[in-house]
Amino acid sequence: MTLAVDRPAATSREPRPGPIRRLKDSYRKYWYAYAMIAPVVVVLGVLVGYPLVRGFYLTLTDANSLNSARTIGVNHIDATYQFVGLDNYADILWGPASYDRFWSHFIWTVVWTAACVVLHYSIGLGLALLLNQKMRGRTFYRLMLILPWAVPTFVTVFAWRIMLADSGIINSALGSLHLPQPSWLEDPTFQRLAAILVNTWCGVPFMMISLLGGLQSIDASLYEAAEMDGATAWQRFRHITLPGLRSVSSTVVLLGVIWTFNQFAIIFLLFGNTAPDAQILVTWAYRLGFGQQPRDFAQSASYGVLLLAILTVFTSFYYRWLKRNEQLAV
Amino acid sequence: MSTTTSVTAPVPAQRSAAPDAPAAPRKVRRRGEQSPAGRAVTHGILGVASLIALFPIVWLVYLSVGPDKDDYLHPGGIASKATLDNYAYVLQHTGFFDWMTSTLIVSLGTTLVGVMFAATTGYAVSRMRFPGYKPLMWVLLLTQAFPIAVLIVPMYEIFSELGLVDTYQGLVLVNCTTIVPYCTWLMKGYFDTVPMEIDEAGRIDGLSPFGTFYRLILPLAKPGIAVAAFYSFITAFAEVAFASTFMLDDSKYTFAVGLQSFISEHDAQWNLMAATAVLIAIPVTAFFYLVQKHLVTGLTAGGTKG
Repeated sequence: MTLAVDRPAATSREPRPGPIRRLKDSYRKYWYAYAMIAPVVVVLGVLVGYPLVRGFYLTLTDANSLNSARTIGVNHIDATYQFVGLDNYADILWGPASYDRFWSHFIWTVVWTAACVVLHYSIGLGLALLLNQKMRGRTFYRLMLILPWAVPTFVTVFAWRIMLADSGIINSALGSLHLPQPSWLEDPTFQRLAAILVNTWCGVPFMMISLLGGLQSIDASLYEAAEMDGATAWQRFRHITLPGLRSVSSTVVLLGVIWTFNQFAIIFLLFGNTAPDAQILVTWAYRLGFGQQPRDFAQSASYGVLLLAILTVFTSFYYRWLKRNEQLAV
Repeated sequence: MSTTTSVTAPVPAQRSAAPDAPAAPRKVRRRGEQSPAGRAVTHGILGVASLIALFPIVWLVYLSVGPDKDDYLHPGGIASKATLDNYAYVLQHTGFFDWMTSTLIVSLGTTLVGVMFAATTGYAVSRMRFPGYKPLMWVLLLTQAFPIAVLIVPMYEIFSELGLVDTYQGLVLVNCTTIVPYCTWLMKGYFDTVPMEIDEAGRIDGLSPFGTFYRLILPLAKPGIAVAAFYSFITAFAEVAFASTFMLDDSKYTFAVGLQSFISEHDAQWNLMAATAVLIAIPVTAFFYLVQKHLVTGLTAGGTKG
């Protein structure tokens, strides 16, 4: 038996033997690896793979809460939904109401994701740079600034809901400054602004802390050398800090995009069942499946599959781009 | 920053000196020090940012002592009639303790399952290159990108057939779909920081791969496991979508669902909601502060070195 520890670099290939032989060899050589990954593979297969297949099948039917299998009292009613092929996708993507139902939400989701990630990243980086200096009270500021991350989101969103209410503190403050007092939770434009605002508030700490970690891992002697050579602060930032943060940045931006795109709790809790215009695709899909009567399971699942497709494409492009530039260390 | 103008030669003893050591007659600033103006700006910005970070929470605490459900509309009056009645009411007359029990069962269950399953896989993908490694890593990455909308409908269907809707086991299982891949990823990042030489030494001393993992690596990886456990716990604790969908009986609500139940269209009891929110937030926030240093190191280790 070979040594359990394969150096990742050691991938020398010998001429390939026949398939059965290869299977046997690989079993002998890797059986412990397979034994170790077995639990997760099984969990993913049962809890993710099977539902995914099942969900995909649902998208090809007209399932809703009226024709699905269900139990009322002691009576069990069998599912009566029918196979409809790709009708759901056709309906969502180019059906008569496709703009109102899908494309408008799609555009808003993209705007939402871009705006939030840009805000998260730039504010997070700014604060991280400030916190990375030697100064009094650094630990105190750091602790204060993590607060939005430390308190569970479902708690803070309600705090924001109270603050953004029509006569809440924010509008009172705006009023006392003689500024207009928008109805944040009712007007479509301001609903969107409010959503971005709350999400920014919730998401900055993670970026800040990750980037601070990245900043602290940059070798200080680089800055010394640059200062010796007379580099200005901007030049040091541009040529030492930003490249030094590359691998952290690309990872947190990827995570940020995925998390924001999929952000459920903030929009769901901020608006409840109101605000159709501020719903991003994820919350909209949820609403189709669970927030209306009858529940439209098939459409909701179709949205899910479309979302997954969008994210898969995005992630693989991003991942490949990073791999090519050797920026992501995963 | 732009205000750092003059520089001294970095002597080790000097660098360890306190930043505001008594100024020499001709003031020479050391590395990372700022002019007074620059310092004031920094403190100003950080101060404002801290206030913004702090304010919603403070506001929630303040409103939680107002006796009336509409007090948030005229907050000025609260100070004169502050009372802890809301807290008493929440603790005595609502499902608070039921919700706490559910939340703890679900969060701890998710943590246990997540960490148990993830540990060996994290180790395997950190150390071994086996056929199928790349697809596995890809699946693990992709699963983290899963929108809840993909799984929630089929899960609901499957669970209602199996009678798992409205059960703790069901919610734990559905939480595991996101927790297990994330923990695996996190643990891989941590195992990567444990030197390979330790494994080699163990193998030379005659331990099997499992023995090496169990006797040598696992004890060393305790901090990593702790991070994965904290993270799972906090994530499961704050999970909204699955909990809102799968828990129907209000004695089985988790906090995330229970809190919503104060706000129905017609009768929003904001004062009780605020008090409950504070009661929930205090222990979680305290816990978070205790572990945040490790959490941050763990997350960035997993994210950047992973």
